[in-house]
Amino acid sequence: MSLPATASQTAGPYWHLIDFPEWADLLHPNGPNAAIEGERIAIEGTVTDGDGAPCADVMVEIWQADPAGSYEGAFHGFGRCATDKAGRFRFVTLKPGPVRTEGNAFQAPHVAISLFARGLLKQLVTRLYFAGEKLNEQDAILNAIPAERRGTVLAQRASDGAWRLDLRLQGEGETVFFEV
Amino acid sequence: MSYRQPAPGTQPPYDAPEYGSTHKRHPKQPLLRIPQTLTETSAPRMRPALYETTHNLAKGPGWEAQGERITVAGRVLDEDGRPVPGAMVEVWQANAAGRYNHERDQHDAPLDPNFKGEGRVFADAEGWYRYTTIRPGAYPWRNHHNAWRPVHIHYSLFGAGFAQRLITQMYFPGDPLLALDPIFNCVPDAAARERLVARFDLDVTEPEHALGYRFDIVLRGRDATPMENRA
Repeated sequence: MSLPATASQTAGPYWHLIDFPEWADLLHPNGPNAAIEGERIAIEGTVTDGDGAPCADVMVEIWQADPAGSYEGAFHGFGRCATDKAGRFRFVTLKPGPVRTEGNAFQAPHVAISLFARGLLKQLVTRLYFAGEKLNEQDAILNAIPAERRGTVLAQRASDGAWRLDLRLQGEGETVFFEV
Repeated sequence: MSYRQPAPGTQPPYDAPEYGSTHKRHPKQPLLRIPQTLTETSAPRMRPALYETTHNLAKGPGWEAQGERITVAGRVLDEDGRPVPGAMVEVWQANAAGRYNHERDQHDAPLDPNFKGEGRVFADAEGWYRYTTIRPGAYPWRNHHNAWRPVHIHYSLFGAGFAQRLITQMYFPGDPLLALDPIFNCVPDAAARERLVARFDLDVTEPEHALGYRFDIVLRGRDATPMENRA
């Protein structure tokens, strides 16, 4: 039996009815990760459109491994954040560890990102990698990105310690989006 | 294991000129096809202990929303027809007058203080989900002259792999606005569009209480690699 997957439709401009701001804080004191140890980090950035204008109505979702690189442990590595009027998003989480991949290889630490919004008939999928990470050099997915666009998925450490990655939906410096 | 790619024509494009908001928001570079890793094939374990359920959007202690009460039930399946047990289903919608409980919705239709328009349920072991709400109203939008969205309920689903993540909309049968709606019609395949339309179901209908609609959702299935196709 084969049933084609249901068609995607846009989340539209009113998806905030399912926005729960505490979901952007994966280390929320009342959440499942409060007692889990690891390097506490913030991930932040803006989402802009083809005119460079901020996208103020985007649902940003993240999914990541725990600090040991596992998806099976107690850490709940999911977050959702609404961009604000300036197109900004911000998550607080633990830095993921290297995720095991085929053979004995490891993927560099990374965070999966999905974007849903008005004007997106289906989600845009990308990843955030951490600049300066040793394993970046041998990460198969990072290396599949043409060198001149690789920077669009590499978060840089900001002066306040947060990891910053701006997402550009279209045009100059357009983020590399994946078909998975 | 990995999830299969969509059947041709069954998913909308990013760039859809008839839907104006896509104009500045679609990537102009082709997507980069990447292999699915654990990151894509694993998923957050969404569960009622972490995410409180709301089975009834229409009524709560001391309040009841205005509108035609309906119950929606269906199954969350994968492309092989297997249930996706525990799938989390989030829904949100306009009220009976076609107005969202949202500060940016400026449509001149009354708000209902008793209708928030948001709910969350989980599929059971056989993939069944069910909730009660009110039938939402149609509402105008500014995509083009005299544009109206057909009656719909938004759905957000989490399956067993993050690659199965889906946001979609459920429409209602017989709605004359469907033929005119750019968002609905961005799905090229007519049968795929038709599957976004719930059907009236007397078995879901609750006597003396609520009309019933059936809406099944299919998430991406596992990629089958039949032995006979291997070199």
